[in-house]
Amino acid sequence: MTRQVKQLDRVIIRFAGDSGDGMQLTGDRFTQETAAFGNDLSTLPNFPAEIRAPAGTMAGVSSFQVHFADHDILTPGDAPDVLVAMNPAALRANLPDVPRGATIIVDTHDFSARNLTKAGYSESPLEDGTLEPFALHEVDLTSLTVEAVKEFGLSRKDSARAKNMFALGLLSWMYGRPTEPTIEFLTTRFAARPTLRDANVTAFRTGWNFGETTEAFAVRYEIKPASMATGRYRNVTGNAALAYGLIAASRQSGLPLFLGSYPITPASDVLHELSKHKRFGVTTFQAEDEIAGVGAALGAAFGGALGVTTTSGPGVALKAETIGLGVMLELPLLVCDIQRGGPSTGLPTKTEQADLLQALFGRNGEAPVPVVAPRSPADCFDAAMEAARIAVTYRTPVMLLSDGSLANGSEPWHLPDVAALPRIDPAFQTGHNHVADDGTEEFLPYLRDDETLARPWAVPGTPELMHRVGGLEKADRTGDISYDPANHDLMVRTRQAKVDAIAKSLPPTEVDDPGAESGQGARMLVVGWGSTYGPIGAAVRRVRRDGLKVAQAHLRHLNPMPSDIGDILRGYDRVVVPEMNLGQLALLLRGRYLVDAKSHTQVNGMPFKAAELADVLRGYLAALEDEIPEPRGMHEEVPV
Amino acid sequence: MTALDLPTPSLSRDGLVGVPPSEATQTRKEFTSDQEVRWCPGCGDYIVLNAVQGFLPELGLKRENIVFVSGIGCSSRFPYYLDTYGMHSIHGRAPAIATGLAITRSDLSVWVVTGDGDALSIGGNHLIHALRRNINMTILLFNNRIYGLTKGQYSPTSETGKVTKSTPMGSVDTPFNPVSLALGAEATFVARTIDSDRTHLTDVLREAAAHRGTSLVEIYQNCPIFNDGAFDAFKDKDSREEAVIPLRHGEPVRFGSDGRLGVVRDPGTGSLRVAEVADVGADAVVVHDAHADDPSTAFAISRLTNAGVLQQSPIGIFRQVERPTYDDLARGQVQTAQSSEGEGDLAALLAGKDTWTVD
Repeated sequence: MTRQVKQLDRVIIRFAGDSGDGMQLTGDRFTQETAAFGNDLSTLPNFPAEIRAPAGTMAGVSSFQVHFADHDILTPGDAPDVLVAMNPAALRANLPDVPRGATIIVDTHDFSARNLTKAGYSESPLEDGTLEPFALHEVDLTSLTVEAVKEFGLSRKDSARAKNMFALGLLSWMYGRPTEPTIEFLTTRFAARPTLRDANVTAFRTGWNFGETTEAFAVRYEIKPASMATGRYRNVTGNAALAYGLIAASRQSGLPLFLGSYPITPASDVLHELSKHKRFGVTTFQAEDEIAGVGAALGAAFGGALGVTTTSGPGVALKAETIGLGVMLELPLLVCDIQRGGPSTGLPTKTEQADLLQALFGRNGEAPVPVVAPRSPADCFDAAMEAARIAVTYRTPVMLLSDGSLANGSEPWHLPDVAALPRIDPAFQTGHNHVADDGTEEFLPYLRDDETLARPWAVPGTPELMHRVGGLEKADRTGDISYDPANHDLMVRTRQAKVDAIAKSLPPTEVDDPGAESGQGARMLVVGWGSTYGPIGAAVRRVRRDGLKVAQAHLRHLNPMPSDIGDILRGYDRVVVPEMNLGQLALLLRGRYLVDAKSHTQVNGMPFKAAELADVLRGYLAALEDEIPEPRGMHEEVPV
Repeated sequence: MTALDLPTPSLSRDGLVGVPPSEATQTRKEFTSDQEVRWCPGCGDYIVLNAVQGFLPELGLKRENIVFVSGIGCSSRFPYYLDTYGMHSIHGRAPAIATGLAITRSDLSVWVVTGDGDALSIGGNHLIHALRRNINMTILLFNNRIYGLTKGQYSPTSETGKVTKSTPMGSVDTPFNPVSLALGAEATFVARTIDSDRTHLTDVLREAAAHRGTSLVEIYQNCPIFNDGAFDAFKDKDSREEAVIPLRHGEPVRFGSDGRLGVVRDPGTGSLRVAEVADVGADAVVVHDAHADDPSTAFAISRLTNAGVLQQSPIGIFRQVERPTYDDLARGQVQTAQSSEGEGDLAALLAGKDTWTVD
């Protein structure tokens, strides 16, 4: 039968089901097929903190959203064009996000009275008109799957578990995805269990054929490959890119990588990933607690390794004292905070960027720590390299702030040329660095480099340079214990000056303001940091499509900030700072640069939606238009 | 002071394998840093420092390959006074920091200096996990049964009822027995010695350094300011013989004048107690086996320590057994991965399995 094929420029699909339904895997496979096809894409996994919440309840709903297009896109998308709901709870939990007219595919199998009640439905939404505004496809995915895999003699339960592959097959047909990658994946994954392999492959193929042969699905869609820069690509999550960045930094510095870490959501995947790559000389140490994780990393750094610890906000709180010790010892140390919703245990599987002030200030005393943040999943690679560069060059702990949406989200990654990666020079101290008054050569562990203010890194095993470091205040140059008031004042200011000096090594801030060169620049600048890059960029594009002018700048370095940022901020009539916290960057910008930055915040555990953010920006622009600059003196009160 | 003889053990002595030896003979002076020692006059720490400075040349290691890591407390100033590499870290965390160092640097002799508050209170977690992992390092636990640096609060080894600044009506805490704790934490080398017996202290250090794995050495150490006389029973000429229960591998555990007392097993409970040898007969006296795989008897011996004011305590090596160390195994996995798969290819790693090309 001939099908209508409709051309689309972009589609957002959300797979939703019970935690045990394999929705993350389904989404991941669809993503790989889409990447192989050549669309640009962005993904957003969303799952509960409970591993297996009671089946069929709202608490147990897990979903995976993938946005793909024939052009460059920045976010996982706001609202799904297609929702696949494997049970009533998945439907109910996700329906509020689905716009009228969207397609909903429902597995009708689980719409029993009992399951409807569990999901909080008093009547079936399939029958009471709730779904009338949508293009609804009711399919008994479970029964079709069980029937299809009957020949393999699996239990009913195991048969039904393959229904996610049936759904994947159906969606793959609808959107013309290549099937080979998934069949290859299933073949490898279940190599040791041929029955499961055959059942899953059969379910996947049956789903595809179901779309092909059933008249229910009248339309197939085509989304042409995106035109992207030439080169080799892969799809990558933020946590994987971060792990690769750390390995690359180890390779480029010649320092063996040591990770001290304690399992915590959403950072654990970095530990898992790194533990697989021992052949790169990577040592992973699963410590007894967060404090030991960073302690061991600092110990390894003292011995000349690239010491890294990975964690989330609660872990950073526990590591604070050791990071402060790292500040005092002036040793390289990487602290990767994959932020999640807080405070306390908060929302472990949801995203937030509320650890910025903790990263900057969450230690006793004046303990400056450089802070860098990646802005997209693939950018975690570059951010890790940059964090390592700063740590090693300046002999300092560095905080890297990723977050849950970057960690688990994915996007195509234009693979870097390994040969062109920058070198990181550890510049170990190997001999004396000073001549004493009596003419003897000596080693001064706190004698600094004029340019960077970094102190020498002399590791155990180096002859003649035996020295002691510690958390007590150090005397300038010698590093001996010193309680001298003037010395303390000097050392506090010097440690701060060293971190401030990093700004000299940073490139100029990129401001995306298309009209600026021709003197037609925007009056309003949107400033963000971290994972909001995608939503802010998408919102800015929407606003520009209205013919309005808006500029965008995104900060990689939160401490120190680039030297030019103050002038940039002051060059605009309005500065808007969207953040997934209650205005932490805005507070810093206002405090440091005396700019009346407007804070726009959201802390619902989810990334900003581009459409909503665009409305916010339009609102600020409209308000700016209404503000008629008045001559000075007009506001003076007139005595009555 | 009477030195307690230690027999040469039959175990391998691989603790320092991989640490480069010094080419020249070393002296105590080379291990003495230029820093002024700032403990209180009469502090037991001086004796331990002297013993260690005198003992290190005997190891014959390159000085630059020795690292002392400490936490916080009086004893934790130790690294400043030794001309080796050293780190005076933060409260309780020295075993964790030393763990990272020892895993990444098999060519270093790693020592941890800690106290009863540092190791058993704020750092208790790191101590037990270092012991169970059996990281190749030596932990010197200075036990003075008091907080000295913060000026006299009770510690996790202070006896119940201890009157201190923070417990004017007496402490209501039950103390830890560090040796029992270490044995319970799967430690492979556990010893107790005393600051006043320098020969025994040095003998124990020698065994601890030779042991491959985590060696825990509890050192009874007098604090003359806040807990003076806590260990007098072991020092006083009149009480000493009946206070020290000497542990010598392969020998019956007898003490007191002419070996009047002995440690015997209670047939009813299976636990150990002290008896008059004349009453029970010499054959009933337990023969100490520090090399036993099963730590039960070593633990039972450790329970012969008074929980209250010390009148009697076993001194010597409780347990000395071989078990693979975490750091050797961790390094082994890296080496295995590299020898079986070859060194990593970064470009291949970044590309992964699913790539596509845009022309």
